[in-house]
Amino acid sequence: MPTKVEKDAATGQDTTGHEWDGIKELNTPLPKWWLYVLYASCVYAVIWWVLYPSWPWVNTYFGGILGYNQREALDERIAEAAVARAGWQEQVAAASLEEIRADPQLMTVAFSGGQAAFSDNCAPCHGLGAAGQGPYPSHADDAWIWGGSLEEIHDTIAYGVRSDHPETRFNMMPRYGVDGILEREQIGQVAEYVRSLSGPSEDPEAVEAGASIFAEHCAACHGEDGQGLPELGAPDLSDQIWLYGGAKDEIMAQVHNPRHGVMPAWVGRLDPETIKSLTIYVHALGGGQ
Amino acid sequence: MSHATVPLEDAVSFKELKKQPLYAARIKIHPKDIHGTFRKIKWTVLVVLLGIYYLVPWIRWDRGPGAPDQAVLIDMPARRAYFFWIEIWPQEIYFLTLLMILAAFGLFWVTAMFGRVWCGYTCPQTVWTDLFMWVERRIEGDRGARIRLDKAPWTAEKVRKRGLKHGVWLLIAFLTGGAWIMYFNDAPTVVREFFTGEAGVAVYFFVGLFTATTYLLAGWAREQVCVYMCPWPRFQGALLDEDTYVVTYQNWRGEPRAPLRKNTDWEQRGDCIACHNCVAVCPTGIDIRDGLQLECIGCGLCIDACNDVMDRIGRPRELITLDTARNQQRLARGQGRVQRLIRRRTVMYAAIFTVFGLGILIALGARASVDVNVLHDRSPLFVTLADGSIRNGYTIKILNKSREPRTYTLGVGGVEGAELSVLGQEGVSGDRIRLEARPDAVTTYRVGVTVPEDALDEPVNDIEVVLDQVGGGERAVNETVFRGPG
Repeated sequence: MPTKVEKDAATGQDTTGHEWDGIKELNTPLPKWWLYVLYASCVYAVIWWVLYPSWPWVNTYFGGILGYNQREALDERIAEAAVARAGWQEQVAAASLEEIRADPQLMTVAFSGGQAAFSDNCAPCHGLGAAGQGPYPSHADDAWIWGGSLEEIHDTIAYGVRSDHPETRFNMMPRYGVDGILEREQIGQVAEYVRSLSGPSEDPEAVEAGASIFAEHCAACHGEDGQGLPELGAPDLSDQIWLYGGAKDEIMAQVHNPRHGVMPAWVGRLDPETIKSLTIYVHALGGGQ
Repeated sequence: MSHATVPLEDAVSFKELKKQPLYAARIKIHPKDIHGTFRKIKWTVLVVLLGIYYLVPWIRWDRGPGAPDQAVLIDMPARRAYFFWIEIWPQEIYFLTLLMILAAFGLFWVTAMFGRVWCGYTCPQTVWTDLFMWVERRIEGDRGARIRLDKAPWTAEKVRKRGLKHGVWLLIAFLTGGAWIMYFNDAPTVVREFFTGEAGVAVYFFVGLFTATTYLLAGWAREQVCVYMCPWPRFQGALLDEDTYVVTYQNWRGEPRAPLRKNTDWEQRGDCIACHNCVAVCPTGIDIRDGLQLECIGCGLCIDACNDVMDRIGRPRELITLDTARNQQRLARGQGRVQRLIRRRTVMYAAIFTVFGLGILIALGARASVDVNVLHDRSPLFVTLADGSIRNGYTIKILNKSREPRTYTLGVGGVEGAELSVLGQEGVSGDRIRLEARPDAVTTYRVGVTVPEDALDEPVNDIEVVLDQVGGGERAVNETVFRGPG
């Protein structure tokens, strides 16, 4: 490094003292305005550190002297929204489900509220728009395991299915295969019979044999014609909708060792108005009875 | 260093370069007052245009109850634009695009024939600058007086004149900004609210904004807007040709120029007596004798100024005139003038202008008072029902642009045996369903379309949603898809 700053003869500018094969680098400093913006940004950053949450401590962090907290700000906004909604919520709470359905304005409020609540709480299992997925039933169709009237839908949402609530909807289909009630061949026959309820079968002998097994073991809950019994949560076996699949091996699997879905009770987790709104929403998706 | 080709003493020092400012300082222009044909046209256009701008919001137009009765109104909160008998919904914003295309080609057309008459007469920058200059002239006097006042020390008289001028300018600017918001609010209401402090923040903000821009652009920036800010002068070269009428100094007649002396022999010299009157009246401060240039806004005030001088010295008028480059060449060669207003360029601009103009008129005439928008449900894409039939859900939005409630029937085409129903509503179903639509509003229905199990061959089927007015001939059709397991 030269101790004396050298000036370039042609331009009159200082050089950096660097030289490569006779080419010297001019020292062109950053523009003043640019530097000032940088300094201002530094000052701004320091002010920010003091005012807002910034530096991490060992097991907490410096909260800033303004005490700003995004979570609290969100809570405040939610509280404001609740206040704004309060009038409608009261009306929804006061009206019966039928009254809500009869009032177009309340219906709109309840449907929108139900839609939002559904997306938050129900969609993870039942899918957006209640499309259903895997063992979680669709609510957009017109088949209901536990009944599709307003009251029935309301109770299913409120108390759940096989949940820990005392009033929960509950049933238990026997494990025909695992517990040795029926032989494998018999299970095949009853499955063939069940398939014949909703479509033509190519194995009339099996259907005939399955019919008598069905009458003996299944008809008590699923009905003589397999039309189901919503009061017991026994699904309709004569329609085109299959929760655990409608192929013969899928039906056999369900008879051999039934799967039992669980839905939590929402009473206590959601307020009564939200459960009402959810009922209205689910009922209005297209299958409500 | 042996390859250096620039001698050291010729190289400009970087530091020397840096001392030169990036922008030339503005030379203040003091346009002189002038009387004549072009000035009269300019005043007339100014009065008419300002009259339109300030008065149009006050024109009333009865549209029946519940609708604004202002003839020209852009109602942002209600999302409607009104122009006399026309009511535009946001969905029809393309009319604005068409209108702008029409305006652009109209501008090209006129410019190709007569040069920058838009700049010289009708551009808001010109109109308000002219108005501000008129105020300035009334208060501070004409060119000479203003130059003297500029140089004079700050006496009480100067303070009074300057204060008065800026006060009047600000008042005009305020009225300009005030009139602007009347196009977006009911005029009588907003005027009352403005002065009682009841108007919204947006109203005060925009009045302030347009007051400030008018005051700055017309009072201070003036010709700098045309010369430095506006893109239009930059592409005039692409629009003008040798047959365009532009403000022209007749070089062949004026040169050689010389000051007027007694007993001048006009045979030995040109008609230009170098009086600089054409420069003194120019609102952009240029010398038209240098030829057509970017700064010339084509206002023709220099023609008035020169004619005035020519009359006084007894020479023929029109030394500066509206003429074409071709004619100037012909005249210099001793040939006569030719006029070619109809040429390929102008015919094409006129044709495009006419096509878009007719397009707008036809589109407005054929504008239906109903439209239907259809949104296919994304979740679930389709629903299998207990009997095996397939249902698709749609959000149907009926745009009823009329002022009375209407009933429509909705049907679908493209799939066999389709059954429609309003989801969540009992009793409304069939192959066509009746739907009510609120007046001047969008009414939304969730509609399910169900087809039998065997009606579908493909997972995706194109269908048409058809909306027919009950008791009227209006029909709206929209295309969507019907999905199934396929």
